[in-house]
Amino acid sequence: MKPINNRSLFYILPALIVVGGSTIIPLAAIVNFSVQDVFYGNDFIWVGPKWFIQVLSSKEFYDTLLRTFAFSATVMIIEVPLGILIALSLPRKGRLIPFYIIAIAIPLMIPWVVVGLMWLLIIHPQWGSLGALLSLIDLQIEANNMIVAWSIIVFVDVWHWTSLIILLCYSGLLAIPDMYYQAAKIDGAKRWNLFRYVELPKIKRVLMIAILLRFLDSFMVYAEPFILTRGGPGKSTVFLSQSLMLTASKQFDLGHSAAVSLIYLSIIVLFSWILYKVM
Amino acid sequence: MGVDLSSADEVDRIKGDISSNDSKRDTGKYRRIVKKYLPLLYVIFLMLPIYSLVCYSFKTEFEIKNSITPIPMIGTLANYKAIFGDRQSYMALFNSLLYAVMNNAISLVVAVPAAYGFSRYSFLGDKHLFFWFLVSRMTPPATVAIPLFQLYSALGIIDTHFAVALAHCLFTVPIAVWILEGFISAVPRELDEIAQLDGYSFPHFFIKILLPAIAPGIGVTAFFCFIFSWVEILLANWVTTIDAVPFGAIILRAGMALGLNPLGWISAMAVLAIIPGVLLIYFVRDHLAKGFALGQIE
Repeated sequence: MKPINNRSLFYILPALIVVGGSTIIPLAAIVNFSVQDVFYGNDFIWVGPKWFIQVLSSKEFYDTLLRTFAFSATVMIIEVPLGILIALSLPRKGRLIPFYIIAIAIPLMIPWVVVGLMWLLIIHPQWGSLGALLSLIDLQIEANNMIVAWSIIVFVDVWHWTSLIILLCYSGLLAIPDMYYQAAKIDGAKRWNLFRYVELPKIKRVLMIAILLRFLDSFMVYAEPFILTRGGPGKSTVFLSQSLMLTASKQFDLGHSAAVSLIYLSIIVLFSWILYKVM
Repeated sequence: MGVDLSSADEVDRIKGDISSNDSKRDTGKYRRIVKKYLPLLYVIFLMLPIYSLVCYSFKTEFEIKNSITPIPMIGTLANYKAIFGDRQSYMALFNSLLYAVMNNAISLVVAVPAAYGFSRYSFLGDKHLFFWFLVSRMTPPATVAIPLFQLYSALGIIDTHFAVALAHCLFTVPIAVWILEGFISAVPRELDEIAQLDGYSFPHFFIKILLPAIAPGIGVTAFFCFIFSWVEILLANWVTTIDAVPFGAIILRAGMALGLNPLGWISAMAVLAIIPGVLLIYFVRDHLAKGFALGQIE
């Protein structure tokens, strides 16, 4: 049992102030903007739920929201099984392990905008190494096509983030005591059953953390679609973060963006809370 | 016990045996081959685009646009020279480095005491506060962009490195608190008590005994704060205009008009942006999972 000491709040205080400055104050400001209208920059008028009604009755908002969910779901459906599969096929011991771990972690260390730019160059139909190879067999990567645009951003996200799932699952697998495997062998277990009844239950917690993190980050995705497809063709790859930044930078439309922000954040907190409870 | 349970290689062999026990012998054999080469194939898949980018950065513009070769045939350092000869380009890299380091300092200074508090004591609302840090990690940067801009304008720190460093605390401080909490909890509480009995004052104990005891943890935390700050672009771009623009802003602009910018130059810029993470990764190789899981696993 930890001793109870309310004065230890003072240890937390500096961190609270710093984080509070970048969450509590902005969030309070957002709540404030979301129920008011602004005239000439400093004239605030109470408008009640007007902005929320406007956002929740706009088709564009639902489209963007659905698209963001679809993106999160798609990348997770690919990344989670792929990550588990590769984590399972990594050897538990050996000289190559540090090499594998470092190589697998490298994509996670690359700035997101660089990941986008790198792939943009590579798939370029004339100058890109992959793009040129594909055009040899008459396959043009045309980002004007919605399916192609989606495939590109999903593919790049898989390249970028599957490593996270692999690293977490692998560390979970390493924590399984050897005797579980001995017992499985003596019992004559099949490979699938070994995974289903020994490995999966043991990595469940780590896997849930990985899924939670992947959900958070894919739901906030910004830099890669922005640089790879610029949201196009049309608006087919505009996700919530990008649409919010567009409203913010082009129109500085405070009330509307504040309402979108609050709804956006509530959805993330709600989903994370559900995942957290499932853990 | 007659069987050697300590060797993990043993487990790899057992897993192989179990695989080959499955229904038909052939499937087992295929599975073994797949298992042997899958990690290697995946690593090649991860490395090819990076290799390609590095090649671009050593090619002349003419070579990039006129021939596709697996290695630079002419080879040039002109792209890197162009970056280090152009103030705007090298300053952008320096700006990012500077705010990432400043963010690191702020995060560590506030997170070490906080992690100590969470690790050692129960207090009013400790569970809620710990979860509230999680909410902070969940906040999409886009949602706080406008208010942060207004706040920083009011404080007069827009377009400074300090502004970016502070904005990134949104996610680096929670990460630092979580990772450090694990490391501090691994230090036995008896150490605190013995130090007290020996007459160490609290600040003395904190600096002379606790900090050295969690030194590896501080290194790991510093790495993750640095990386999370280094890879972020939305806020870094948003609160800067001229003096503190990050390299990401330049890459973003160049990517928007790909044909108008020298491809070799932009590739070299991208390669330079990859280097810090790749250089540092070796030192934290044993803590990667822990760091990315926000210290929530052992």
